[in-house]
Amino acid sequence: MPLNKGFVGREFPANEPYTVTAESIRDFADAIGDANPVYRDEAAAKAAGQPAVIAPPTYLTKLNFLYGPAMLADPDLGLNYAMVVHGDQEYSFTRPVRAGDVVIGKPRIAGIFAKGRNEFLVTEASIETVSGEKIAMARSTIVSRGTAPQEETR
Amino acid sequence: MTAKVRFADVSVGEELKPWRYRVTREDLVAYAGASGDQNPIHQDEAFAKQVGLPDVISHGMLTMAKIGQYVTDWAGDPAAVVRLKARFTQMVIVPKDTGNEVTVAGKVTSKGDGTRVVLELAAAVGDVNVGAAEAEVELA
Repeated sequence: MPLNKGFVGREFPANEPYTVTAESIRDFADAIGDANPVYRDEAAAKAAGQPAVIAPPTYLTKLNFLYGPAMLADPDLGLNYAMVVHGDQEYSFTRPVRAGDVVIGKPRIAGIFAKGRNEFLVTEASIETVSGEKIAMARSTIVSRGTAPQEETR
Repeated sequence: MTAKVRFADVSVGEELKPWRYRVTREDLVAYAGASGDQNPIHQDEAFAKQVGLPDVISHGMLTMAKIGQYVTDWAGDPAAVVRLKARFTQMVIVPKDTGNEVTVAGKVTSKGDGTRVVLELAAAVGDVNVGAAEAEVELA
């Protein structure tokens, strides 16, 4: 079933505020196998000019699982998650995420288009602190395999 | 918040030294836990095959994380990375026991405003490109 194009431009509620802890940054850095000391050692982060340990650029993927479901699981959108693969991902940073940040993602659906038999769902989220400081923009394209409308029925 | 690479020392077309990493089933389990992406296609071989995949596949975001590490290691400061974009062009298959090896390479494609440069990056398994990425980095 094709995706509902009426969702383009729609904004969705932000996730519950998420507190970025030094432990969660270290765990994430361990999981990706990145030993950089600024992800785990406050002294190293301060020596690099940061107020606290900072997170690797892709740490924000964690947030995607907090603000994403309200948008992607809306039954009226018509997305079957079993048919989905990740097409691309982009992060633009105002500053790095760091321990102590309390963050939310404010998501919206930026586009839906078909190419061949696949459909592409483009989402954007502004990542901000609860006090309104903008940290990053996350932009993602996911591919819904084989759900595009047939030519003759369009 | 200062990169260790100086803008003046970098030229367009310059290639970064390629780098390899190994990804195993254990890495995928650890990444699933830390990222929150518990999709079984990244952990459960029977499930992956049932939905038409050849085997367990890596999280695309893990590939992007390693591309990110390649860039932050080069720059010498993760805070210098102001933009990172990756396109997942092919799946990274992760067989049991052996895992797989991914090579990351990059080059400087432009020098822009102030001290910013743009890098073009590629991740590959053997001859197959699995990721095409771009990073914008604020150099010293």
